[in-house]
Amino acid sequence: MHEATAAASSGLLARALKDAAASAAITALLLVPLVGMHATEGPSGALVLKYRFGLVAIFALLVGGLRLGLHLTVWRGDSARGAAPRFPALARLAGPAGDAAKPVFFAVLLLYPLLAVLGSGGLGPSRYWIDLGIYILTYVMLGWGLNIVVGLAGLLDLGYVAFYAVGAYTFALLAGSVPISDFFAGTLGADFWRLWSFWVCLPLSGLLAALWGVILGFPVLRLRGDYLAIVTLAFGEIIRLVLINWVDLTNGGAGIASIPPISFFGIPFSSGEGGFANLFGLEFNPMHRNIFLYFVILALAALTAVATIRLRRMPVGRAWEALREDEIACRSLGINTTLTKLTAFSIGAMFGGFAGAFFAVRIRFVSPESFTFMESAVILAIVVLGGMGSQIGVAVSAILLIGGMEMLRNLTFLKDPWLFGPDFDPSLYRMLIFGFAMVAVMAWRPRGLVSSRLATIFLKERKKVSGDLVREGHG
Amino acid sequence: MDIFLQQLINGLTLGSIYGLIAIGYTMVFGIIGMVNFAHGDVFMVGTFTALIAFLLLTTLLGITSIFLVLAIVLVVAMAFTGLVSWAIERVAYRPLRGSFRLAPMISAIGMSILLSNFVQVAQGPRNKALPPILPDVIVVWDSGSYAVTLAYKQILIMVVTAVLLFAFWWLVQKTALGRAQRACEQDRKMAALLGVDVDRTISLTFVIGAALAAVAGVLYLTYYGVVNFADGFVPGVKAFTAAVLGGIGSLPGAVLGGLLIGLIETFWSAYFSIEYKDVAAFSILAITLVFMPQGLLGRPEVEKV
Repeated sequence: MHEATAAASSGLLARALKDAAASAAITALLLVPLVGMHATEGPSGALVLKYRFGLVAIFALLVGGLRLGLHLTVWRGDSARGAAPRFPALARLAGPAGDAAKPVFFAVLLLYPLLAVLGSGGLGPSRYWIDLGIYILTYVMLGWGLNIVVGLAGLLDLGYVAFYAVGAYTFALLAGSVPISDFFAGTLGADFWRLWSFWVCLPLSGLLAALWGVILGFPVLRLRGDYLAIVTLAFGEIIRLVLINWVDLTNGGAGIASIPPISFFGIPFSSGEGGFANLFGLEFNPMHRNIFLYFVILALAALTAVATIRLRRMPVGRAWEALREDEIACRSLGINTTLTKLTAFSIGAMFGGFAGAFFAVRIRFVSPESFTFMESAVILAIVVLGGMGSQIGVAVSAILLIGGMEMLRNLTFLKDPWLFGPDFDPSLYRMLIFGFAMVAVMAWRPRGLVSSRLATIFLKERKKVSGDLVREGHG
Repeated sequence: MDIFLQQLINGLTLGSIYGLIAIGYTMVFGIIGMVNFAHGDVFMVGTFTALIAFLLLTTLLGITSIFLVLAIVLVVAMAFTGLVSWAIERVAYRPLRGSFRLAPMISAIGMSILLSNFVQVAQGPRNKALPPILPDVIVVWDSGSYAVTLAYKQILIMVVTAVLLFAFWWLVQKTALGRAQRACEQDRKMAALLGVDVDRTISLTFVIGAALAAVAGVLYLTYYGVVNFADGFVPGVKAFTAAVLGGIGSLPGAVLGGLLIGLIETFWSAYFSIEYKDVAAFSILAITLVFMPQGLLGRPEVEKV
């Protein structure tokens, strides 16, 4: 008996060692050409090779060691693999605990600027934290917008950034338009358009983006999932290329600058008479505008979330989720699939358009550079990693990914000479980690971090459907 | 007429490269019904491997015969890119068989981002330029004001493409591997019941597709002499367009589509506007998928309930 277990464990060790050695060898082979050799410009300007085989050896040993460790610990008994949900805390987020957490979550978001100001000691120093909050919330909003399309309706949209661009350019072009400004100068005062343009253009941006969603979506939404993904990608790229090349309208790659800043519903954030600070009896500080921007994006994100929650309870929302699970069943039940898809596509586009207008008023500069495929990929990564269809999951993953990547920039200890050296730039690894995370999540947790959800419609009692229990077929 | 002839030569050269990449898309789609979004970046890895191998052979080993260098580069790039694609399939796609329908696509998008950023981090973001390879040209036709030329490298590209396509056609039509592959394409479960190792066949499909993409990469490097980590995306989408235009799943279709896309792109740049050449390619993709999803040579897809 004792001998048998000893033999089994030595067999296990031998197998583990063999596997570790094999994976280390494959890693080394994969890395030698592109990591081990670096084509770089030599002194004469021609390309020469530099060798970094030490780095390859380190990676190979790391991978081998990791696999050996996993074999000896986690993967010991094969039967235990993948049985229990691996992140019970995250799974609870969607359940009753999540319901209780939501007001707390929202309260923290509301109080965040106050906390930032108190924590960093004054309005001026809090600028970094406020801006980071705005940045993350923009992605939360975009994630929630795309979540309607990808998470609820199950349509893989790789060109979401096109609608973001439509929103941003709508606002930038209308706000900078001289005829409109002159028109209002004649009737409502010289400053009217400069002060009110954002508030007038915000709904217009959303509507125009939704209209583009209908125009682009109508012909393509009959296509099967992966074709749809590629066509939306093509549309996203076409819109970006048009923005670059239609120089007369968009000023091409140079972009549009001099976009008017946001106003507090018509009151400018300026230092003089009649400015925001003057009117409310505060000492002027440029941070007032940033804090206001924070609340605007918070309101927009909240609008997206509330609209989504309400829509999910309406027939159209139910139809989206049914469509995601089984398109053929939907069609046999008489749901107009094209129309249902179109509503999801254009409502998602509308929120993208709102976010775009906000982006333009925050940065006060738009250029096609900001609307590349990578941007779409980041938003998609947020939705996929958070758990398609889960609002709280998308918010958590936006905070983790965008905030985490921002934190990566601050890890100055990595620049230590004995670790990576002063030339090391952690933010270069941002997209690398995004890509890796997408692959890893698909392999281990295809439903995302928050994978369980409450059924929106139920018979007698409401049950929690865990993502681990859902066996998905080919819809 | 003279400009037309020149554009025809250029378009066929470009089309050969697209056709070689398109085969990888169409084969993978045929066998597992998945759009291998990372294939364009696999092509980019092929160009970088070719660049490294080229530098290794010319600067370190000092081989001067350009044809010998290109032949070795071709073999090295095919082998290495095949290995990369094998590893990708193993890590990113195989665990997802039987997962929900968008999972492989999302994983492939992640892989595409991973590959291009890996190369950016490992090799740097700047363009890498080689001195011109095979710069000589033959004057085919001289009208007095305009000379139509055929570069040696264009001949090389067309010849290599033709030879490899023939070899590949033989592989798919006449060998046991090709038979297994076509069997898996028709019915994976039935093929498995009849003793075909489906996993191995799928792996080999990825390897072959990647090897052909690597050939395209070597030819691309020879033709343009410049590579960049971001160069996988646009050629990848265009090659996918070629696969769709020719009828996805159909091998002759992929080559035909590649040539057509190459011709359309060069003629569009010559006669309409060079700025909008990518818009033309992307529009063809959308139009084909909407109005003619079965492509030129493909079979219409039947949806089984």
